[in-house]
Amino acid sequence: MTRMDTHPIEAPATAPSAGGTSLHRFANPGRFLRLSGAVLPWLTAAAVALTVAGLGWGLLLAPTDWQQGDAARIMYVHVPSAWLASAGYFSLALASLFSLVWRHPLADLAAVEIGPVGAGFTALCLATGSLWGKPMWGAWWVWDARLTSVLVLLFLYLGHIVLVRAFDDPVRGYRSGAVLALIGVVNLPIIKFSVEWWNTLHQPASIKFTEAPSIAPGMLWPLLIAAIGFSLSFAAIVTARLRAAVMERRIRGLLLARAVSR
Amino acid sequence: MTHLPFVAISYALAFVVLVGFGLGAWLRAMAATKRLAAIDPRRERSGA
Repeated sequence: MTRMDTHPIEAPATAPSAGGTSLHRFANPGRFLRLSGAVLPWLTAAAVALTVAGLGWGLLLAPTDWQQGDAARIMYVHVPSAWLASAGYFSLALASLFSLVWRHPLADLAAVEIGPVGAGFTALCLATGSLWGKPMWGAWWVWDARLTSVLVLLFLYLGHIVLVRAFDDPVRGYRSGAVLALIGVVNLPIIKFSVEWWNTLHQPASIKFTEAPSIAPGMLWPLLIAAIGFSLSFAAIVTARLRAAVMERRIRGLLLARAVSR
Repeated sequence: MTHLPFVAISYALAFVVLVGFGLGAWLRAMAATKRLAAIDPRRERSGA
């Protein structure tokens, strides 16, 4: 997509520790730009192909649900975005852990870039859930445990977005955001098990690792393809944003060096 | 009651989110690439 492999690179913000060499091998921004520059076009192509295939199949070819009719087709957008809302937050927490424990040079930037994308997918999950709920439940919103815990997840994302940008010293923002992200992880099992712990209007999971799926194969395959497509799209978007953030930091460093040398 | 408007809006929102974030990230990366190329001291030194 770009000519990043010929561009100057930024030295790591912190020196690799002796014990964490394997982790820090991928923390060098220059190496990240080279690797991601090679991977991103393929990742984007796969993301677009699978997302279009999954959503197209779900919208046009998948069978109509005998109870819910065509409204069940919202599932092909709602379920992958719900999966990405939680998985995205998990990746945000992982980046925050790397940031706090190993001072990973790219982890701070990764957390900053994951936040808005995760919030976007969470908002999409809530909006499509609402659009599904109105014809099925007769209400746009109910204070159901699953819906409420996902709303809390959206607020956690928004809090993280605001917090990392709230300090004059970016490092303080990164650290504060990382602490918030790690505390918020407690919400992920609550989201997952809310439909089992409480009596909810939201249906329980149709796909479990421990049991055969309770969904027809004609609906399952487009759903899985759409979920993989959304996941690759999330990864491609975050990678592209992270590449931009690394270059922007390098630009700021160069401009600052020029200003000081004058 | 037809559910198709709800379905259509859901897919439109998915399109907006995916294309919006994707296009935004791509434009931002392109702008950073050009800006970096313009002030890159290594390129100036090499005459590229």
